[in-house]
Amino acid sequence: MSTLEIRDLHVSVDTEDGPKEILKGVTLTINEGETHAIMGPNGSGKSTLAYSIAGHPKYQVTGGSVLLDGEDVLEMSVDERARAGLFLAMQYPVEVPGVSVSNFLRTAKTAVSGEAPKLRTWVKDVNAAMDRVQMDTAMAQRSVNEGFSGGEKKRHEIVQLELLDPKVAVLDETDSGLDIDALRIVSEGVNRFKENGDKGVLLITHYTRILRYIKPDHVHVFVDGRIADEGGPELADKLEAEGYASYVSGVAAAGTGV
Amino acid sequence: MTVTEAPNVASAVETTKVASHLHANPSYDVADFPKPNGREEVWRFTPVKRLGGLLDGEPSDKHLDIETTLPEGVTLTSISTEEARDLGELAPTDRPSVLAVANAGGAVLLDVPADTEVDEPIIVRLRGSSADDLVWGHVVVRIGRHAKASVVVDHKGSARYAANTSMLVGDGAQLTVVSLQDWDDDAVHLGRDAIRVGRDATVRHSAISFGGLVRLNVEVQYDGPGGSADLYGLYFADAGQHLEHRLFADHTAPRTRSNVVYKGALQGEGAHTVWIGNVLIRKVAEGIETYEQNRNLVLTDGCRADSVPNLEIETGEIEGAGHASTTGRFDDEQLFYLQSRGIEEDEARRLVVHGFFNDIIRKIGIEGLEEQLMATVEAELAKNVTGKEIL
Repeated sequence: MSTLEIRDLHVSVDTEDGPKEILKGVTLTINEGETHAIMGPNGSGKSTLAYSIAGHPKYQVTGGSVLLDGEDVLEMSVDERARAGLFLAMQYPVEVPGVSVSNFLRTAKTAVSGEAPKLRTWVKDVNAAMDRVQMDTAMAQRSVNEGFSGGEKKRHEIVQLELLDPKVAVLDETDSGLDIDALRIVSEGVNRFKENGDKGVLLITHYTRILRYIKPDHVHVFVDGRIADEGGPELADKLEAEGYASYVSGVAAAGTGV
Repeated sequence: MTVTEAPNVASAVETTKVASHLHANPSYDVADFPKPNGREEVWRFTPVKRLGGLLDGEPSDKHLDIETTLPEGVTLTSISTEEARDLGELAPTDRPSVLAVANAGGAVLLDVPADTEVDEPIIVRLRGSSADDLVWGHVVVRIGRHAKASVVVDHKGSARYAANTSMLVGDGAQLTVVSLQDWDDDAVHLGRDAIRVGRDATVRHSAISFGGLVRLNVEVQYDGPGGSADLYGLYFADAGQHLEHRLFADHTAPRTRSNVVYKGALQGEGAHTVWIGNVLIRKVAEGIETYEQNRNLVLTDGCRADSVPNLEIETGEIEGAGHASTTGRFDDEQLFYLQSRGIEEDEARRLVVHGFFNDIIRKIGIEGLEEQLMATVEAELAKNVTGKEIL
């Protein structure tokens, strides 16, 4: 079983004018096998939630807790979180010049599973994972994400998701910048991951279109660092039709000045 | 013997003085290179007070121990200062090189005769026994016409060492040469590798500096059209260490090529590296191609990497000329990305540094040296991570 519990999470970042609170008390539980979509306008704190769960040093957790199967995630270093079973597919995957994809994947797999993968099956596994997202296997010899197109970077994230096989995957705007074919290929990868056991998925997106391919069990609307509304898949249909206007104007009316 | 061709070749080279701040006028006269005070353009990056009196030029009869295995046909002999000059070596261009020639009392000649192809690299091991020893070195490496050889000059131990090394690469010859500075911390090494590239000759020179205080000049000029020089460098400076590499590609002939790639890492308080990349394209040097780049990776706070490319062009008829210089911090975002995939911080750092040096190490072109260099890089990195050296 795998459960990710986020309780009253408060997160700040340092700015020139001192610390600024981005997340203002987020509570959310992803039970095993569940897919949660987090939707919201730009600047609402969606990505901050993703990076805070993964442990990016830029974000200071000032209150609340994050538990993975009861273990305190916030006490762990970034790499310990990954080894505990968390995975963050990034909106802007980082280029690492000089480190080949193949070396990177093998090192990560070794770290996550605690032992080096068997060479013969590993090469086959890597090639198969790349084939499934229609990524040229020759790219395994290139430097990590260096010179990759936006779509290639996202496919590479999905290859990692499938090979590292975490308990809970956080996908941060994995759909952004993808054309319809790439969106379908990436979504299929996420669905394969979900079918591979009782996986939790936290799908962060600005748009509803990826939800045509990846069916969420729950939808949360994120506004100004808080969950403003929650519901089932039908909430996504409402957002598709109406957009975020009603939520955002509601905030403005409440006098937060956004 | 090829001695007689030296004057002919020399006259083919444009020897008129060029009004260029890049270019020191070569001379054997010590008086032409007064003792610097550290404010001169060519000395301003160098800690002149830490050079152990090398710039004073006191005579000394100390030597480095030489150990080498020579392939058949290759010889290592002692020659006089005058003979070295007659072979067509490049006259000194700064104070350490002029003092080295004046004080060494003769030169060592490594000679690979014309048309000789040597497969195995010639490893010349130079060992210093103490930083108390003042050592003057004068070396000539001659690669005859259409010969092919690889030479590794491996410096270890300790000394205060100034040396002038000329590499005379004959027409159509191919030379791969590595100067490895793996000194103890208290060593001081002021070196000059001056290369003459023959017509259609190919040279690949790599300067690799890990230990000691090092200031190395690498100069290349061309005896005729078609010559090609790849000048590579790799350095790794620790706390308090000074490593300086000064390049000068002097395009003295048409349709010649130079390609400079130097990469360095720095870690620890007071680690200082200097890279000066000078390229002069003379009027006669039409149709040449040159590119130089220097990349530095700063691993910790308190380091300083100076990087200065200079390009001086006296003809408009060139194929291509360019330069690039970057100094980047070990990137927190790279570290986060790797760690978010379960890779521990130390391992992530190792991966990135490996990646940074990997391409330059592959270009050096000496079999068996790649693994050794990666191991040395690992050991340097371990100093940073653990605070002490791991052997």
